Amino acid sequence: MNATTKIKEKLGKLIISWQESSPRRIYFSVAQEDIFKTAQFLFKELGLRFSTASGVDTHLGLEILYHFSDDKTGVIYSVRVLITDKNNPQIDAITPIFPGAEWIEREMWELLGINFKGHPNLKRLLLAEDWPEGNYPLRHKDEP
Amino acid sequence: MSHKVIVPIGPYHPLQEEPEFFRLYVEGEKVVDIDIIIGYNHRGIEKLSESKHFDQVAFLVERICGICSSSHPYAYVLAVEDILGGEAKIVPERALYIRTVIDELQRIHSHLLWLGLAGHFIGYNTVWMWAWKYREPVLDMFEMITGNRNNYGMFKIGGVRRDIKDEDAPILKKTLDELMPALDMFKGAVMDDPVIQARLKKVGILTKEQAIDWCVVGPTARASGVDIDVRRDEPYGVYERLNWKVIVEKDGDIFAKTVIRILEMYESVHIIRQCLDKMPKGAIDADVKDIPPGEGIGRVEAPRGECIHYIKSDGTNRPVRHKIRAPSFMNVASDKVAAVGGTISDATITLAAVDPCYCCTERVVVLDKRDNRKIMSGWDLIKLSQDKTARLKKEMQINE
Repeated sequence: MNATTKIKEKLGKLIISWQESSPRRIYFSVAQEDIFKTAQFLFKELGLRFSTASGVDTHLGLEILYHFSDDKTGVIYSVRVLITDKNNPQIDAITPIFPGAEWIEREMWELLGINFKGHPNLKRLLLAEDWPEGNYPLRHKDEP
Repeated sequence: MSHKVIVPIGPYHPLQEEPEFFRLYVEGEKVVDIDIIIGYNHRGIEKLSESKHFDQVAFLVERICGICSSSHPYAYVLAVEDILGGEAKIVPERALYIRTVIDELQRIHSHLLWLGLAGHFIGYNTVWMWAWKYREPVLDMFEMITGNRNNYGMFKIGGVRRDIKDEDAPILKKTLDELMPALDMFKGAVMDDPVIQARLKKVGILTKEQAIDWCVVGPTARASGVDIDVRRDEPYGVYERLNWKVIVEKDGDIFAKTVIRILEMYESVHIIRQCLDKMPKGAIDADVKDIPPGEGIGRVEAPRGECIHYIKSDGTNRPVRHKIRAPSFMNVASDKVAAVGGTISDATITLAAVDPCYCCTERVVVLDKRDNRKIMSGWDLIKLSQDKTARLKKEMQINE
């Protein structure tokens, strides 16, 4: 049984949408509050490798794509989460599950202003110490 | 006597080639904790990429790194080609072979560069001089194919920019043949040398469980027994059609990482030879005009591990979002477990790109129990050194 079937079986109810843009690129979205459970299942039970996460500022809200790589089949599963509250964006950190996510969550915190709840070491990674608070470089300017 | 001493290395240090800051917390000789502070080289390339059109971005990302300068453009064009339907579908055959040759030549020059630096950090400067000497012909090959020793400007969406001329192929093969005795020499000099074995074995160990938890990639992961390689797991270029193997070791120490890099160079030479033999004639560029809306992910096996790019396009001529994750982003973070527990003298080679300067005594800060900071005087350091000598003598049962 491959990872795709297992994901559909185990996470069935949590999956909001499922999209296969090519055989090796699978995107599926889950609700904001389900990310911890999803990441735990993908990393701990399926043994997928966490590759990275991409934070995107869209007009609907802040979107995070968690890219998990299945190195046995070469498939990248991208878990999509949309945070609609742009003024106070919050989501559960996945760093408590595995330390490999620590840096990328710190990066998204400082560049996009997403607050990762439960992150053990949320401090600046790339930006200078005197960078102004509340100025997030990867946020787009509000459209008129 | 248990002082907790902070040894700051960086951000600008005479023996570092790039700005980074390692704050080592040491007790005596033992590293008990480490803070890794990066960001001195942050140039906002992801943001800059949103203001360039798709063709320009390939040149921009080439400038992220001067050593693996073809991995980023390759991963980027793969991400855009993922939106267009995949590399294999649109890129002409000959271009796939040329891309593979460039990718592997780069692996050889990068591994030789690392080998030289590693030799330098453990005080084996002969390896350093030799490795860099034999890296030159590899750069000459690059110059012959691309016109540049670094930043090749070869990759474009849908193909490559320059062809490998028919009359160049025999010269490339001859240069590769001449490289083989040098590789044999390094294999002997490093793998059979008792001093190097004593210096690198069981040092800076990253266990398999740690490698998985810290999500490390490339030779760092393969040295710990994690069998991953993008070239095999999700083949790009022509890797699927060639005969080569992934090198995996299981000890997780620096010696295993060195062995992997040396053996990988043999595989790279083997891959390039096959490419030069099998390369068909034909076009090298598919002449892609428009990039449709959509999102794509591209990844390649850079010399340091998986390099991954994510592109989101809205149908205009610029990416809306371009996420870049270089392999070192995952690997450097794992220094936290690899260096802790070792001695400070091993930290240099464990951090691999760092060499601390013990003369910088004014920069040593001591924390006492109440966390008050004070600067250690020269006399304090002499005392510390005498204490250590006495302790070692006792341990080795030497009586005067």
